Amino acid sequence: MTSTLPIVDHPSAAREFVTNEPRSHWHDDSLWFVRSKRDKQAQSIPEWEYLREQASTIKNHTIAKLPEYLQQFEANATRLGAVVHWAADAEEHNRIVLELLRRNDTLRIVKSKSMLTEECGLNEYLIDNGIEVVDTDLGERIVQLRGETPSHIVLPAIHIKKEEVGDTFHQHLGTRAGESDPQVLTEAARGHLRGKFLSGEVGITGVNFAIADTGGLVVCTNEGNADLGVSLPRIHIACMGIEKLVPRFQDLSVFTRLLARSATGQPITSYTSHFHGPRDENSELHIVLVDNGRSKIRDSKTFRESLNCIRCGACMNTCPVYRRSGGHSYRATVPGPIGSVLGPAKNAKAHKSLPFACSLCGSCTDVCPVKIPLHHQLLAWRKVLVGKRLVAWNKRMAMKAASFLFRNPTLFAAAGYFGRVSLKVLPKSLTHNRFNTWAKDRDLPEPPKESFHEWYAKNRPSGAATASKEERS
Amino acid sequence: MSEAQSNSRQIILDRLKGCIVDAPELPTIDPARVIQFEDRLQQFQDTLASVGGEAHLVNTPSEIREKLQTIEVFQSARRIASTVPDAVTPTVDLATIDDPHALSTLDWTIVRGEFGVAENGAIWIDGKTLPHRVMIFIAQYLAIVISRSDLLNNMHEAYARIGTPDPGFGVFVSGPSKTADIEQSLVLGAHGCRKLQVFLLP
Ligand code: SF4
Repeated sequence: MTSTLPIVDHPSAAREFVTNEPRSHWHDDSLWFVRSKRDKQAQSIPEWEYLREQASTIKNHTIAKLPEYLQQFEANATRLGAVVHWAADAEEHNRIVLELLRRNDTLRIVKSKSMLTEECGLNEYLIDNGIEVVDTDLGERIVQLRGETPSHIVLPAIHIKKEEVGDTFHQHLGTRAGESDPQVLTEAARGHLRGKFLSGEVGITGVNFAIADTGGLVVCTNEGNADLGVSLPRIHIACMGIEKLVPRFQDLSVFTRLLARSATGQPITSYTSHFHGPRDENSELHIVLVDNGRSKIRDSKTFRESLNCIRCGACMNTCPVYRRSGGHSYRATVPGPIGSVLGPAKNAKAHKSLPFACSLCGSCTDVCPVKIPLHHQLLAWRKVLVGKRLVAWNKRMAMKAASFLFRNPTLFAAAGYFGRVSLKVLPKSLTHNRFNTWAKDRDLPEPPKESFHEWYAKNRPSGAATASKEERS
Repeated sequence: MSEAQSNSRQIILDRLKGCIVDAPELPTIDPARVIQFEDRLQQFQDTLASVGGEAHLVNTPSEIREKLQTIEVFQSARRIASTVPDAVTPTVDLATIDDPHALSTLDWTIVRGEFGVAENGAIWIDGKTLPHRVMIFIAQYLAIVISRSDLLNNMHEAYARIGTPDPGFGVFVSGPSKTADIEQSLVLGAHGCRKLQVFLLP
C-alpha cells in the first residue's frame, strides 16, 4: 500500500519518480502514445468539437437539475425492480455494501474497476470484514496483487513494467520466473481470474452512465470483466457517484462516442453493457448512489463544472507534470489535472500542493471531452488556497515581494539591472546553492545585454512614443 | 431502505435543492452535423478489423457454417451454444440450463445481432434474444450474425433505433475482449471471447 501522507507535498512525493530518469521518460512515452491515439480518433470525427459542446451542455444541464434527475432515476430504476440506496459519504457507502453482502452470507466478491469504490476505500473495508475481494480488471488485479493502488483512472498499472508484472505473477500465479511477454502473462491472468469469476458470489461494478428517463445503467469495459462478473452471480451491486447521470437514453450516443476515443483512442469500448433492472426474478440489482462531497462541489460556481467529468483520463495522458511524475505522486484516488481540482475540494489542506503541480499549459482543457476548464480551475484553486493561507510561507512572501516590485517601476528597473549584472558576475557556487531550489537541475539563463525598456527606447519607430503614451492614458 | 439511509436520501436531496442553479436547455443532436458514410458496409468492415474483429460476407446461413468449418478452433470445438440454428446446430441445449455457471466450458457461442454501427464497428445485441446473457461473455470464441441491411452510420442513429429500452439487458460488442494493461501492448482475449467473427447476411 502506498502510504497516504496526511498532507501531500507533490514535489517531495514526486521526487523519487522524477529522479529516476529512464523510468520517468518511459512513463512519459507510454502516456504520449495513448494521447496520440486519442488525437487520431478525435480527428477522425469532423464533428468532434460539436460533440464536446453537446456533452458539456448536457452535463451542465444535468448537474443543475440534479435533484430532479436523481428522483426520476430512482423512481424508474425501482419500477424496473432494482433497489436504490443512498449514501451521504464513503463510510455509509461501505456499510451499505457490507450489509448487502452479510445479508446474503457472501464471502467472495468479484469487482470490476470502479474509481468510486476506490475513492471510498471499499476493498480495505471489506477485506477487514473478512470478505475476499478480487479486482478483475487486469491492471487493477496487478496493482492489487502488488499491494499498490492504481496510478491512473483508466490505466491502473501504467507505471509498472512488464518484467515487474512477470515477477508479481511468478510469485502469485506461478508463471515461469523471468516471463515478461504480455501475451503469456495475460493468458495466465485469464486462467486465474476465470476461477475467481466462477466462485464469486456477488458482482460489484462501477457505473459509467446512469439514465434518468429509463432507470438504466451503462458499464463500459474492454476486457468484458464487468459483464462476466455480473452475469454469473445472482446479485449485482452497482456503485455510482450522483454526478454520473444523463437525462435521456439518447444522450448516451454523445458520451459513448466521446469516452473511449478520449480515454484510449478506441472508437468505442469492446463492451458497452446496458442494464435495465435485475437479470431475472431470482436475481437482485442494487444501486448505491453516493454523494461524498459532490453536492458541496455543486455549490461552488467556480468548481461546479468539475462534476461533468466522465473519468476518461485524457487530461492525465496529456499533462506534462503527470506524465513525468507518475500518478502516485498525487497521493489522491484521482490524480492528474482533474484530481488536482477534485482533491482540494474534498480536503483543501491535505491536497493544497496539487493545484501547483501544473504548468498552466492548458493542454488538459483542450482534450477534455466535456470541456471542463481544468487549467482555469487550477489557477482559481491557487487563489483560494492563498486566501485560506494554505500556501507555504516562502511562496507567500515571494508573491508579496513580486507584487511590490511590479507596482514600483523604478524599483523594477533597478532590480532588472542588478539581476542582469549579477547573473554575469556571480560564480555558480553562489547561484546554485541549496536555497535556490529553482536552480536544481537547471542552468541559469544567459543574461540579456540590456533590458527590454532600453532596447525599445533605442529601436522604437518614430511616433510610437506618443502612441504608447496615448495607449497608456 | 433503512432509517439511516432514508435519512441520507433526504439530506442529499435537501443539500442539492438548497443550491438553485440555472440550467441550459437540453440540446438535440442535429443529424446533419454528424458523420455519415457513403459506403457503410466498407466502413463497418474496416472499423471492425481495426478493433480486432473479422467480418465475413455471406449469402446464406449455410455459408456461415462452411466458413466456420474452415476455422481450426471451430473444428475442434465441443461445446457450442447457438441461437442461430439454421447456421450452426448447438451442441449445448440452453433450455435445460438453469445455472449460468454450467456454461463455463463453452467453446463457441453463435448469436444474432440486431444491427451494426459503421463508425465504431459495434453490434447491438438485445438481451432478450439470449437465453443466458453470460453465453456471449464466457465462451472462448464468439460469432455474431447480422444483416447487411442493418448497418447504421453512427451512435445517434443506433440509440434512436433502440428507442425506449425494454427491461433487461443489451450490449454493444465491438471486437473481441482485449486489454493493454501490460505496458500498453494490445492482447486479444482478456476474459471474454478471444476472437470475434461477424457474419453479414444480405
Ligand atoms: S476532466 Fe475531462 S479529460 Fe479529465 S478525466 Fe474528466 S472528462 Fe476526462
